[in-house]
Amino acid sequence: MAHRHEVIVVGAGGAGLATALYAAREGADVAVVSKLYPTRSHTGAAQGGIGAALGNVEEDHWEWHMFDTVKGGDYLTDQDAAEVFAKEVIEAVIELEHMGLPFDRLPNGKIAQRRFGGHTKDWGKAPVHRAAHAADRTGHMILQTLYQQCVKHNITFYNEFHVTDVILEDGVAKGLVALELATGELHLFQAKAIVIASGGFGRIYKVTSNAYTLTGDLQAILYRKGLPLEDMEFYQFHPTGLYPLGILLTEGARGEGGILRNGLGERFMERYAPTIKDLAPRDVVARAMYLEVREGRGAGPKKDHVLLDLTHLPPEVIEKKLPDITEFSRIYLGVDPLKEPVPVMPTAHYAMGGIPTTLWGQVIQDEKNTVVPGLYAAGEAACVSLHGANRLGTNSLGDLVVFGRRAGIHAARFAKDADYHELTEEHLGPSRERIERIKNSTGKEKVAVLRAELQQSMMDHASVFRTGELLQKQVEILKELMDRYKRISIDDKGDAYNTELVEALELGYLLEVSEALVHSALNRTESRGAHAREDYPERDDQNWLKHTLAYKVADGKVAFRYKPVVLGRFEPKARTY
Amino acid sequence: MQVTLKILRFDPAKDQRPHWQTYQVEAEPTDRVLDLLHKVKWEQDGTLAFRRSCGHGICGSDAMLINGRNRLACKTLVKDLGKVITVEPIRGLPVEKDLIVDMEPFFAAYRAVKPFLINEEPPPQRERLQSPEERERFDHGTKCILCASCTTSCPVFWVNGTYLGPAAIVQAHRFIFDSRDRGKRERFKALGSGSGVWRCRTAYNCTEACPREIPVTQLIEEVKREILFDRF
Repeated sequence: MAHRHEVIVVGAGGAGLATALYAAREGADVAVVSKLYPTRSHTGAAQGGIGAALGNVEEDHWEWHMFDTVKGGDYLTDQDAAEVFAKEVIEAVIELEHMGLPFDRLPNGKIAQRRFGGHTKDWGKAPVHRAAHAADRTGHMILQTLYQQCVKHNITFYNEFHVTDVILEDGVAKGLVALELATGELHLFQAKAIVIASGGFGRIYKVTSNAYTLTGDLQAILYRKGLPLEDMEFYQFHPTGLYPLGILLTEGARGEGGILRNGLGERFMERYAPTIKDLAPRDVVARAMYLEVREGRGAGPKKDHVLLDLTHLPPEVIEKKLPDITEFSRIYLGVDPLKEPVPVMPTAHYAMGGIPTTLWGQVIQDEKNTVVPGLYAAGEAACVSLHGANRLGTNSLGDLVVFGRRAGIHAARFAKDADYHELTEEHLGPSRERIERIKNSTGKEKVAVLRAELQQSMMDHASVFRTGELLQKQVEILKELMDRYKRISIDDKGDAYNTELVEALELGYLLEVSEALVHSALNRTESRGAHAREDYPERDDQNWLKHTLAYKVADGKVAFRYKPVVLGRFEPKARTY
Repeated sequence: MQVTLKILRFDPAKDQRPHWQTYQVEAEPTDRVLDLLHKVKWEQDGTLAFRRSCGHGICGSDAMLINGRNRLACKTLVKDLGKVITVEPIRGLPVEKDLIVDMEPFFAAYRAVKPFLINEEPPPQRERLQSPEERERFDHGTKCILCASCTTSCPVFWVNGTYLGPAAIVQAHRFIFDSRDRGKRERFKALGSGSGVWRCRTAYNCTEACPREIPVTQLIEEVKREILFDRF
């Protein structure tokens, strides 16, 4: 079947819905294609808040937010992106409130704000209340509110459609191919503008806060087609994943006064970030936790995790402001945070890198910022680059509304002056072949086995601490896994809801994004933000104050180009907290 | 420990009607039912189809009937179920394959109550003010993850598929009692109609089924009262 819409958005998380909504408000005919139902996207799992210098609790300025974002990103953040962001996120939060988002409130009726890692006042002097929140389900509320508005605007949704191809010809984006899960039918989507807002890929790692469905599909599809992925080496581990599952426990818990302790009961962050302690940025805290464990000061029988202590907080703060994480802890660990500390360990959480874009979400294809006409990206799938080498807590929700809105507005305006491109049934060919090959394969390799090997090896060789040796080993493992991937077969040969086929396709994407990540990490011989090389422990501005663009040349072969970091207001300085 | 997993299977290409299939899986007491379903799918039988996404009770994808009760597979642990576990699709929505049901009727009811803030007054420069008490008034409904556990546990919904169902009414409640909203009467058209709140027989199944501990029946009663008092 064929469909036609001026703007087609891939993904129905916060970024996709914000994009769709603003494109529709610009008057475009908009459709959203999502492999899930919209309210099931992973934005719904974001807990703690959305940072904006509203100044509702105490003095705050967008310049401070911009500074924190740039410093938090270890100066790899593009400062033009950080400036646009810190200004516009204030307006975006107010707009969300006007759309009905149920923020928590202060006694004077204004939106409540709490503290979060890396957010400071007076250029790093002390923590500041900047995260607007709705209990510890802020992402859920943002997702619901944006979806509600999309319903109000009668936006067309193709739910449970799995995108298998982006049609790029003559350097122009022309449409999409997607598999309808209910029927197994391939659909052709013709569009004037396409916006990729399909989220991250935490499922390359064994321990992750990410949903099972976060497999980097669209990043991999574009990468295979010769478009670059930017700064893939920067992958964030969130310090407080519920041990050992990796389910997220919001940084808001530390924002409300929670403290990390090692197996000896020490508040170890005093050693690593004397000024803001447990509210240091995520890369700093995650590394500190690993170091404590490595030096034998871990908690539990295996001494392999640390503890998040909330027991000194008033019970009503925990029950009212952190109800969900309290429940997770009770259900999955049988631990009551009111009475005992919660076992935690860093969990793979957020891709700072992704599809490179301009400030208006236009996808770029080289270091000269040459745009791909008609192709946009926003949210975690994209790399603006707002987050640089390390994203501050709450800036993901801010990113998706600010840059989702910009992508939506630009895409709608672009579509007004653009024509549709001719598409034919032949454009379904590559997707059909790929699917038939998997369905008809008599190979002996199992998707679940390969995926488990990938996730464990990525954890062992390319997570919080890295060395050239480990990364080289992972390069070899990936080559072998990609080779074995060609011999996978599946049991389900049917058409309706062939979720086994979907998982097989997703494994292919996981392998591709892992390849881009590992090669980029091996290539960058310095330590910066979330990319910590033990063989190159120092940040090296001389050689590496630049963005990586990774291009796939062949399986196992990656080429690099570099883009300068946009500097400006803040000169790179040593990063201490 | 060994667990016997009995799953109600249905493949539209092969089966006239659903049938039970039994699997033996090795499980830890702290495993989620979702983990067991994954073990079956990944190690024994790839054709098993079910929905899931977040894996920790936030996205609402994996609502299913587990040992006769609606629950989320990712929030239900083996230790609370015993060694024989039955899994079926939620009831009252057409089964499409195995544990996957057609959600469209559910979302049609959702859309019918106008689940969005209605307020045409020009907004102020900054946020609309709302006291913590006003915010608290509709807090319960904001927890809803649209998993359909409540609606598909409701005997009225089973019998009469046109009933809006508890989830849609909870969504309506969330806006009716929001001090910023002005769309109450517009929503009453659907809520007060023959397929609206008056179908509710106060069976409390919805409240028991809600994985987010929303007092669903209470919220439905509050909506009924609001419609009644609105007439005077």
